[in-house]
Amino acid sequence: MSGLAMPKPDAETLRRRAEIVADMRIIVPGEGVVDTATEMRAFESDGLTAYRQLPLVVVLPETVAQVSRVLKYCNERNIRVVPRGSGTSLSGGALPLEDAVLLVMSRFNRILQIDYPNRIVVAQPGVTNLGITTAVEQEGFYYAPDPSSQIACSIGGNVAENSGGVHCLKYGLTANNVLGIEMVLMNGEVVRLGGSHLDQEGYDLLGVMTGSEGLLGVVTEVTVRILKKPETARALLIGFPTSEEGGQCVADIIGAGIIPGGMEMMDRPAIHAAEDFVHAGYPLDVEALLIVELDGPSVEVDHLIGLVEAIAYRNGSTTCRISQSEQERLSFWAGRKAAFPAVGRISPDYYCMDGTIPRKELPRVLAGMRDLSEKYGLGVANVFHAGDGNLHPLILYDANVPGELDKAESFGADILRLCVEVGGVLTGEHGVGVEKRDLMPEMFNQIDLDQQMRVKCAFDPNHLLNPGKVFPQLRRCAELGRMHVHRGQVAFPDIPRF
Amino acid sequence: MTTFTPSTPAETLSTIQWAAAEETPLELLGHGSKRGIGRPLQTEHTLDLSKLTGVTLYEPAELVLSAKAGTPLAEIEELLAKNGQQFAFEPMDYGPLLGGEPGQGVKSGTIGGVLASNLSGPRRLKAGAARDHILGVAAVSGRGEAFKSGGRVVKNVTGYDLSKLMANSWGTLAVLTDVTFKVLPAAETEVTLAIRGLLDEAAVAAMAVALGSSAEVSSAAHLPERIAARVAGGKHGSDAATLLRVEGFGPSVVYRIEALRKLLGNAGPLEEIAGEASKAIWRDIRDCRPFADGGTRPVWRVSMAPSQAHHMVMALRMQAAVDAFYDWQGGLVWLSMREDDPEADLLRGLIRKHGGGHATLVRASAPHRAALPVFEPQPAHLAALSTRLKAEFDPKNILNPGRMAPGSGSATLARSTEGAAS
Repeated sequence: MSGLAMPKPDAETLRRRAEIVADMRIIVPGEGVVDTATEMRAFESDGLTAYRQLPLVVVLPETVAQVSRVLKYCNERNIRVVPRGSGTSLSGGALPLEDAVLLVMSRFNRILQIDYPNRIVVAQPGVTNLGITTAVEQEGFYYAPDPSSQIACSIGGNVAENSGGVHCLKYGLTANNVLGIEMVLMNGEVVRLGGSHLDQEGYDLLGVMTGSEGLLGVVTEVTVRILKKPETARALLIGFPTSEEGGQCVADIIGAGIIPGGMEMMDRPAIHAAEDFVHAGYPLDVEALLIVELDGPSVEVDHLIGLVEAIAYRNGSTTCRISQSEQERLSFWAGRKAAFPAVGRISPDYYCMDGTIPRKELPRVLAGMRDLSEKYGLGVANVFHAGDGNLHPLILYDANVPGELDKAESFGADILRLCVEVGGVLTGEHGVGVEKRDLMPEMFNQIDLDQQMRVKCAFDPNHLLNPGKVFPQLRRCAELGRMHVHRGQVAFPDIPRF
Repeated sequence: MTTFTPSTPAETLSTIQWAAAEETPLELLGHGSKRGIGRPLQTEHTLDLSKLTGVTLYEPAELVLSAKAGTPLAEIEELLAKNGQQFAFEPMDYGPLLGGEPGQGVKSGTIGGVLASNLSGPRRLKAGAARDHILGVAAVSGRGEAFKSGGRVVKNVTGYDLSKLMANSWGTLAVLTDVTFKVLPAAETEVTLAIRGLLDEAAVAAMAVALGSSAEVSSAAHLPERIAARVAGGKHGSDAATLLRVEGFGPSVVYRIEALRKLLGNAGPLEEIAGEASKAIWRDIRDCRPFADGGTRPVWRVSMAPSQAHHMVMALRMQAAVDAFYDWQGGLVWLSMREDDPEADLLRGLIRKHGGGHATLVRASAPHRAALPVFEPQPAHLAALSTRLKAEFDPKNILNPGRMAPGSGSATLARSTEGAAS
């Protein structure tokens, strides 16, 4: 891959591999340790498939005690550990390291408690996102965050990545729907944060753990909030001659006090790719296509459909269809949901980006992307969580053409720089991982990054848990801990005082 | 005794740099509206942030607002209301409970204080707390370093969420200089359905039924007999009131209230309270008005699983004289001790026995606050982790030292051995 520097493998750990594997077999007996190259091949990459690396050994623990013993063992011997859920990370969060134990949590696959009066589910981290909804849907409940990988991604991985989905505009991200976790620190200590009550006592470590990308601890249990399914949902499919008009329509819907269950936008290349693939009946003569879904009691949904339709018309919509049946609503979504594979049909490879921007900057960012597309000679299609400004540009390239992957990555980096420039961020929901690690200085200065790394130091002072992810440059905790001010060097501040 | 009053982030930074160099502790203060919560501080110097003011960005269509940390909450809420928006987490005002006489010009606190104490209100149940709405911060650590985290967009997983870490940190990790919050449209209509005359157990069951329906109840509280007379000026009488708030667009609210009536018709006599009258009730519940008697008798704020809390209260009543009412579907208990003894160990033992949660002594005399853990003690490993985190942000322990726990700790050690895992 394009010159991504990972931490230098520790020679001592590599030399003692046989001994470590044997010890892992003692801690996790039975089928829980995988050490042949052939079998480990299945774990060599995650959803960011361009990066591959065989781990030192794969360990699949079954109990919290085993997780604790593995981590404590590794901590005491200076052995690195990479945690992994279902391996669907799009940013390389679960990319193995040559000298690291890959700790796979997939055998933690049980739902421990369903509590309808308190509307919570307690699950082991390897339970899939959709598995939680499946467990409660016969009673009409569901778990709201719905990342597109929900059929496969694990709830523990959702906590690590703070996963979103199309419904998070109205129902929040993982961080807003998790009430508690149990986790194991790198030193083997087991800690519980939150629980079946609201608000963790003390510091909001639950908030910090959510989205920490497996660098702070290994989640062994998750308590989530479940919600009653809305009575009904209907969608509008609205086409605009320009992305400006589409963007203004989104702003006006929100300005009218309406927070839709989902609000997605696609640009012309994405519309055409999707329509060619699934024949959803998308209009092909528009520059921007908006799907607005409203959910709730039918009286509310019907009321809001009328309001949104009027807003669309005022903003110059050229087509506006309103779903008249559940089948039609699903057909509106079919194209959007198939957008990634649809783009896969028109290009040998595509590279999915994940910036977030203030919504009003959409026209500027789209124009910038067109310029970059010309500069790099690569096509780009855009799908956009329009309600919350989360942009997924799909860069089209061919990995078999020498140099094109590098070009696609440079193009992607330029898009993310543009996102930051207009007031946005590098990643909305896919995580930093290894993919955007080296772009972190675009958003944060060294002091900002140091302060984040100091949080890491409180949890894992030896940088043994998932190193090489998130932070572009690792600094030793002892060095970070030093205070750089000294008595007498700072003048008594010239501040109003009494 | 010096009070520093910076009016810019740069002045704030140089004050902290000086204090860090001198290893001189500071008490951080906004309006002082929550100064009575936590262990009493004895610092030589005070950092008054009330001049660090101003809304720096407000884009209603983008649902985002940024302000300097010392900006009055009341000023921001007024600005939002003018645009038909609000903080959906409904930050409570501790003024009535802690500030002495109501209406005596008690300021409602600063926006920085809202985050530092992770405020919320009755809508916490559906919409979350301050921690769920903070998008980004700029702050100065106890090291005298200005750092930022997050941004101005809702969807952001770039780096650790240090903004959330500031929530409920009570000024012990860093001095907030700028905060950026998500804002949301205010509901067009609100109606409260009241079920009258229920005992705690029946009330908790009714609230669970309501929250388990698709009526999208945004708040659910239970005011036992007599307590009900202490909200909204007593105009709703003293019979127990179990209150369900429904908010949204007019036709939807009508429909959902009707659905709740059908669902709960057998639970007890039903009343509808709409508009301003409804708002007044929830404002009083939010601000713990039933216990805002101008006194100093101990008041606890307890968070537990909704189905468990009333069992704990029942058990507590066997051993201590208490008044109690419930918010958050029964999961938030406001407890007023009728004696001067806060009964901390008894209460916390019962919480552990009934499924866990936490208790904060939000009102007590200074001697009690000095002698008892105001914040919930933590198991050993968690307390140690919190203390390590505090040391990373504030190694010289100069920011609100001792407010959350004695010494340089940030959590008191739980006395019981249970829960001290592995």
